[in-house]
Amino acid sequence: MLKLLKRLWFIMKTPSSAAFGLVLFLGFAGGIIFWGGFNTGMEATNTEQFCSSCHAPIVKEIQETIHYANRSGVRAICSDCHVPHNWTDKIVRKVQASKELVAFAMGTISTEEKFQARRGYLANREWHRMKENNSQECRNCHEFDFMDFSEQGARSVKQHSTALASGDKTCVDCHKGIAHKLPDMSGIEGW
Amino acid sequence: MKKLLTAIVAAGIVALSASPAWSTDTELVTDNGGVESLRGHEEISDINKSESLKRVPRDQLPIDREYIQQPPLIPHTIRGYQVNLNANKCLSCHSFKNAGEMGATKISVTHFETRDGTTLSDVSPRRYFCLQCHVTQADAKPLVENDFKPVDSLQ
Repeated sequence: MLKLLKRLWFIMKTPSSAAFGLVLFLGFAGGIIFWGGFNTGMEATNTEQFCSSCHAPIVKEIQETIHYANRSGVRAICSDCHVPHNWTDKIVRKVQASKELVAFAMGTISTEEKFQARRGYLANREWHRMKENNSQECRNCHEFDFMDFSEQGARSVKQHSTALASGDKTCVDCHKGIAHKLPDMSGIEGW
Repeated sequence: MKKLLTAIVAAGIVALSASPAWSTDTELVTDNGGVESLRGHEEISDINKSESLKRVPRDQLPIDREYIQQPPLIPHTIRGYQVNLNANKCLSCHSFKNAGEMGATKISVTHFETRDGTTLSDVSPRRYFCLQCHVTQADAKPLVENDFKPVDSLQ
């Protein structure tokens, strides 16, 4: 019995170099496949096609705005604004989105009427999220430090050089409904 | 007698064949009644070539009025501005409440009046849709010549 144990201990202590290599290789290959697969899967849930498979009517709304089509073809799709870009925040938002799957299953906004009734709540939630993170998703493209006031209109300069520069306001405080139809705005600050 | 009858019949045939009702003349077979408009001789059923879009200047100084009752013109772009039941983007700067902070021109008090002269506490529904009267300007050539001159007090 003791002999058997000793032998087992010896095998465990001195793995052959071939097995060692194999284990390492499997580890690397597995890592690449799983991590790559996970990331690819997550990126797939960030495409316009994926979003419009449930949110078709709202994806249609953006089509007349400047973020969908414009003179130079630089554009933002749903996930550019609604999903954080840095990794940890993105994972957090994706996990939160699983709650939205429940709402989808329950049909919370399954009809136009239900959606219109809930639109104010949904919009407010998103405005609140963007205010909390200082409109990070706007700033991923629109970087304040590189705004050239001499190229902006007089009205833009007035707001950007004061309220935005001092940090009093963040993008979404004024730029609401730039990509969507607005809900009832009575009671919203500035409207 | 026979000659006269032949002549009448012949004249009748000529008259009938010459009348428009029987005409196969292609110039009259149109669907705009032969009317020419500012756009030229366009068939109603044809799809006209659209004019290229005019660019609205992003920000201008206020544009002077040409006559006393003229609704002031909009001296800036309004792309994407929503004016509907839910929101009025114009009023987010030009309302009495917001104009001071935004440095914008206030809407006129006449906008609070109903058509029978009652003054309401907020913008009258008939004055809510700003773009019915106030419009942006682009550098477009006038379609017809116009030598309108404002009165002395506005010059």
